Amino acid sequence: MKYQVQENCLTIYLPKEVDHHNAEEMRKNADAMIEQNHIRYLIFDFAQTEFMDSSGIGVIMGRYRTICLLGGEIWAVHTNARMKKILTMSGMTKLLQIYEEN
Amino acid sequence: MAITNEMKLIFDSRSENESFARVTVAAFLAQLNPTFEEVADVKTALSEAVTNAILHGYEEEVHNITIHCTIREQEITIEVRDEGRGIEDIEKAMEPLYTTRPEWERAGMGFAFMEAFMDHLEVESTVGCGTLVRMKKTIGEGRESWITQSL
Repeated sequence: MKYQVQENCLTIYLPKEVDHHNAEEMRKNADAMIEQNHIRYLIFDFAQTEFMDSSGIGVIMGRYRTICLLGGEIWAVHTNARMKKILTMSGMTKLLQIYEEN
Repeated sequence: MAITNEMKLIFDSRSENESFARVTVAAFLAQLNPTFEEVADVKTALSEAVTNAILHGYEEEVHNITIHCTIREQEITIEVRDEGRGIEDIEKAMEPLYTTRPEWERAGMGFAFMEAFMDHLEVESTVGCGTLVRMKKTIGEGRESWITQSL
């Protein structure tokens, strides 16, 4: 998994498939980086992502709790139609903002 | 309706097998000529059922998970079975956002996703014996009616 830190902003480049199998690693790495780098803004980049189940939603919800307590924000970028559907259905669109490029 | 095709898949309850199970069931589903959306729906629902079996059924111990798929005309039935600890209160377990494992950061949306993405969901469970999740979905439903339906 790829990560990028720019000042207080962390971008997580999500893999092709986000499921229970790789959610654990993502969670551990994200939490360590949020703490070390005083992160306030978290961006989930879905450019490569074709599949996500509720394990991915669990990761987003957990990070939202942390970032929210720190007074920050969560964003989702490069979401395809499927990812938008999953994020909307699970109520995640109330916690994060989907950045639309036009 | 007679069964027109079926397959059975037995594998270890290891998390790396989740994607294997999704791909295999999607390949079996291909004969019904599904849309991308329908394939994605089935993969998501299946992923939820298999994850539940691994995490909640077997609590991360390695045992067998059985997937039994049957096709009757345009309908696929998927059964995911584990012989794990079982569910005490199925109704409660199926409530959205309810999770017995908040410490694992489960969203509590597994059954809600299965219900949303499939046409039909049934759960049978006996504490100490295991759980069977049965899901059904008709493929290509309503696709023709767009053409034949009069306005």
